[in-house]
Amino acid sequence: MATVADVTVRTGRRAELGLLGIAVLIAVLARGLVDYHADYLELVPLAIYAGVWVAVALGVHLAVRRWAAFADPVLLPAVLALNGIGLAMIRRVDFAYAARGRDTDFGQVQMIWTLLGITLCVLVLVLLRDYRLLRRFTYTAGVLGLIGLLLPLMPVIGTQINGARIWISVFGKSLQPGEFAKIALVIFFAGYLVSNRDTLALAGPKILGMRFPRPRDMGPLALVWVAAMLVQIYERDLGTSLLLFGIFVAMLYVATERLSWVIVGFVMFLGGAVLAGTLFSHVGARYTAWLHALDPEVYRSGASEQLVRGLFGMASGGLFGTGLGEGRPDLVPYAESDFIVSSLGEELGLTGLMAILTLYLIIVHRALRTAIGIRHGFGKLLAAGLGFAIALQVFIVVGGVTRVIPLTGLTTPFLAYGGSSMLANWVVIGLLLRISDQARRPDEVA
Amino acid sequence: MNEPVRRLSVLILVLFLALMVAASYIQVIAAGDLNADSRNVRTLYREYGTFRGPIVVGGESVVWSQPVDDPFNYQRSYSDGPLYAAASGYYSIVFGSTAIESTENALLAGTADELFWTRLGNLVSGETQRGASVELTLSAEVQRAASESLGDNTGAVVALDPRTGEVLAMVTSPTFDPAALAGHSTSEVNANYQELLAQEDGPLVNRAIAGDTYPPGSTFKLVVAAAALESGYSADSELYAPDELPLPQTTITMQNYGGASCSPTEKQTLADALRISCNTAFANLGMTLGWSVIERKAEDFGWGDQLSIPLAVTPSRLPVNPDKAQTAMASIGQYDDRATPLQMAMIAAGIANDGVLMTPYLVDNVRDSALRIVDQHEPEQLSTPMDPADANTLTDMMVGVVDNGSGRLAQIPGISVAGKTGTAETGADENPHAWFVGFAPADNPVVAVAVLLENGGNAQGEITGGRLAAPIARIVMEAAIAAEGSR
Repeated sequence: MATVADVTVRTGRRAELGLLGIAVLIAVLARGLVDYHADYLELVPLAIYAGVWVAVALGVHLAVRRWAAFADPVLLPAVLALNGIGLAMIRRVDFAYAARGRDTDFGQVQMIWTLLGITLCVLVLVLLRDYRLLRRFTYTAGVLGLIGLLLPLMPVIGTQINGARIWISVFGKSLQPGEFAKIALVIFFAGYLVSNRDTLALAGPKILGMRFPRPRDMGPLALVWVAAMLVQIYERDLGTSLLLFGIFVAMLYVATERLSWVIVGFVMFLGGAVLAGTLFSHVGARYTAWLHALDPEVYRSGASEQLVRGLFGMASGGLFGTGLGEGRPDLVPYAESDFIVSSLGEELGLTGLMAILTLYLIIVHRALRTAIGIRHGFGKLLAAGLGFAIALQVFIVVGGVTRVIPLTGLTTPFLAYGGSSMLANWVVIGLLLRISDQARRPDEVA
Repeated sequence: MNEPVRRLSVLILVLFLALMVAASYIQVIAAGDLNADSRNVRTLYREYGTFRGPIVVGGESVVWSQPVDDPFNYQRSYSDGPLYAAASGYYSIVFGSTAIESTENALLAGTADELFWTRLGNLVSGETQRGASVELTLSAEVQRAASESLGDNTGAVVALDPRTGEVLAMVTSPTFDPAALAGHSTSEVNANYQELLAQEDGPLVNRAIAGDTYPPGSTFKLVVAAAALESGYSADSELYAPDELPLPQTTITMQNYGGASCSPTEKQTLADALRISCNTAFANLGMTLGWSVIERKAEDFGWGDQLSIPLAVTPSRLPVNPDKAQTAMASIGQYDDRATPLQMAMIAAGIANDGVLMTPYLVDNVRDSALRIVDQHEPEQLSTPMDPADANTLTDMMVGVVDNGSGRLAQIPGISVAGKTGTAETGADENPHAWFVGFAPADNPVVAVAVLLENGGNAQGEITGGRLAAPIARIVMEAAIAAEGSR
């Protein structure tokens, strides 16, 4: 690694403040447009909304100055911009439903989740002064992660919603423990891999010039594979299954620098998915709905109707979209959650969708930069794992809606309606801010 | 561990590129196909979900879009659906649209080229697209009078302003309620439509312009008389009017209506022959003139034209190369003569307007959502079937029909009415069609009218145009004169 000669390090806090201003502007203008097109534009509520956003942005900015002064300056504005767009879109869907006589207040609820999420993010910064602390909880995190993942299968609390059994209900509230399990498992993978990387990396037979792992070292991979398959078959959730397994294989690759792990993992997952597709009809139906979505028979059976309606929505948006409040997002089921991407595609057009994907890319890019910047192996794996988790989750959701891969029930981070996802993803941002702060802090470099 | 992280970022870039390509494919490349997909209700909602302009009669909307809380946003509503159904047509999410709703769709929907500047203005001001309003030439009073006087008889009434060609009334009976097809429940609309289709008397058919064409019977004698005047005959020219006219190269003998005698001397003036509607005199006159002269005159009056007012009008037909006997039959409006009620009203209008036939039209003006006129229809001449002197002569002859002939029941006190009755044979088992065409006031006409009672409507007893159709025409003409006075 190159030595740093210059001792004056820019914190980037001022840049962050400027970018936060832009993010707040996007959020408030989007909301204003939505209200305007719903003939609901009143200046006082909009001013209050703008005030809340300014306060939140300033608050979180000051918190970062106080507890993570050297944190990456781009992460927070990018996430807030996404969050603001999501809130506006969800409010817009509320209006669309209201026009059809269906009263929903997704927008209000999501605002509360957003504020809670940001609070959690700040709490992470306040309470976790050194991310290396987390390594102590490697195996605790692993157990918690597995429990969280399999909790929805428990008889009493597990609940099936929209065909996927990824929910638990506690005190009448439904929760997606998988979102939190994701974080715990990344911590576990990072801790486990940083301790065992040498064994996993060096030993094993050479086939076709490539060193493959020894069968006895395949244990952890096999375990995660089994968990992923269980999730896919019994929770009917291909998304979480793919996400979990993908994160693990990616982190394994980062830890061992061996492409053979990726190949083995990829083959295992593909084999498992094909097997599950043939053996279990409900898994197979998902694949059919994906491959033959527009087939009249598949459509009529209802299997691909949701997906195709989403495609119709995006197609109607075209290059520049109908404009916020001008489309018909309510014609797609779950326009505020699973299909918020197609709602955004319809009203903001391909242009808007590209911008949103670019925001995600920026966030992921910042996470991976942090991974490269930090010296500690555990931190590298943690940052890379969290960054890849966001990237893969976006790929799985948006890919499902755009028919790149089969449709799954994952949420779009920061955009889709849903509390668990909002809280969990803000925690991820908190962790990334903490790691980046330590990566860029001068005394760490020197 | 940095190298794999860099490679991971490349992988992520590839994944996102895949998403961007997929989104581009859906939103740009495949968008046309997806938007055109029959399962895509969005296209339907977009078309049916925008504010559609109203159809206006006499300054008041008779068809308009009412905002409603369902996915279509607007419900097509009708102040007097059945009355204007023939003109407005229906607007259905299942069966599409007809009549004005169909022909003026681009204007009503707001997508027409004429509305380009309006749309541009809306784009700047951020308003949503709103359709233009289409004002019809129909007169509410005349339309209502025509509809009420026709009652539940099967038939049609057309009233024109002979000076401009404006369609003042267009009534077909039986009619239907377009509201029954404008609902947003596919199954309900479908059931209503099937019910209308199942009715034997065809309520969806516009008998005035586009139903079956009908043999015009004696009303066709106006065409023959016009041809005769042009060929040098006068009102006083003597015609051969026997009680029985043997038709050449056949064993058929033509008689007058009810076997009556036209004249004890077997001679009769052209005016008298028209007044009492003498068949043998006109059949013989037709044979003397020759079919080509009559055919040309009929064509001058618009016969055979493919009119669109802008509703498509079925062209009226004439026999092709009839022989002598067929010419005789065709000269009294039988054989292969077929006309729409609009065509017969046009004959009356052409005579009424000093021999100048104005092109009939139904749309007076179009206004954009800001009520600016984007299109004002100017009257235009269709043809000049007669010179003014001949037209005046024929008018006088037609006044005789009403004053002192077969059309007495069309008389309006204090106003001179010109007219011609017709009773058209249709076949052995069916009742004849009863016709009346005419105009009033004869010296300064403001309305030309044609009334058809298909198979005599539901009349009991003797069926003649004079008895059944003339009274209806009178009510319509009275209404038009009253409306003209209050204008």
